[in-house]
Amino acid sequence: MSFINYSSKEINCKIVYYGPGLCGKTSNLNHIYQKTSPGIKGKMISLATETDRTLFFDFLPLSLGEIRGFKARFHLYTVPGQVFYDASRKLILKGVDGVIFVADSQKDRAEANQESMKNLVENLEEQGYSLGRLPFVLQYNKRDLPDVLPVEQLSKMLNTSGAPEFSATATNGEGVFPTLKCVAKQILQELRKGAK
Amino acid sequence: MHSHFILYQAESKMIKDACERLVEDANAMVVFLVDTNGQVLATAGDASDLDTTSLASLTAGNIAATSGMAKLMNEKEFTQIFHEGEKANLHISVLPAEAILLVIFDERSSLGLVRLRVRKSAQEIVNLLQTAKDKAHENQENAMPFAEITDDDIESLFSHS
Repeated sequence: MSFINYSSKEINCKIVYYGPGLCGKTSNLNHIYQKTSPGIKGKMISLATETDRTLFFDFLPLSLGEIRGFKARFHLYTVPGQVFYDASRKLILKGVDGVIFVADSQKDRAEANQESMKNLVENLEEQGYSLGRLPFVLQYNKRDLPDVLPVEQLSKMLNTSGAPEFSATATNGEGVFPTLKCVAKQILQELRKGAK
Repeated sequence: MHSHFILYQAESKMIKDACERLVEDANAMVVFLVDTNGQVLATAGDASDLDTTSLASLTAGNIAATSGMAKLMNEKEFTQIFHEGEKANLHISVLPAEAILLVIFDERSSLGLVRLRVRKSAQEIVNLLQTAKDKAHENQENAMPFAEITDDDIESLFSHS
């Protein structure tokens, strides 16, 4: 649910990065944080364990600029990927405006991707959302590693709703901004649709 | 349809004024009204040194986690949380209408006073918020400023990244 504040002239939208453990959700946020100028980003908050696994969420607010006199602000969240943190994932999806599913392209993570996608669909349904009706993008990450599945195969396994999809190597930034832009555009287009 | 919450200027000012009164009555430093999704609805007092966006997001996360704990204990909700620091303290209360009231105070006030004043202000703030939500709902169809945005407007947002 985007929040439009006439007093501060802001549109606030929430984007959630979803995906299995260690697929690179936090790496996406890290890259965005490093590559955006200080004027447009807020503080990045990472609630992680000592071993860098996301415990609750990572959070990065971005102010992309003005649209029709309103500041467009995007709040980026990641969810913890590990299976047993489902309660945290449900909480973070609350009020979401768009979802980026980060898949780990490695062959031995195929099952983890599918399980996480199933979990996303279930958790969205619990809140009355469905993937086909929500701004949604898939990112096939870790394309630089050996032993990865072809994109076509990943697409067949995961992209049942025909959503836009991107190849990425989040650790060096490849594909990170195109993925974010794509979902942000979809959210703004939804705002326009909602206005008509 | 994708839903939005629109807070108009008049309602925004009334909510802010109610929060300002709470700052004064509770002798607090800052009062925030946050929604359960982590958006700042109103700020009162001197919040110039605070990262309000992050604080709002973490407050909502905190309340969501506390609410999860309540469910596990078969409680409906834990409606109040208190964090005690060396210099500043936080009093967080869950309000109806999916809102959270955060009061920051120091030794010039006390937990008892804050709790008392929060209880008194809460109903007024909830009523104002409900009015704002009702108005937003009524105007959902026709008052959006974004019907006219073009693909170029959207594209220009990303020109610098």
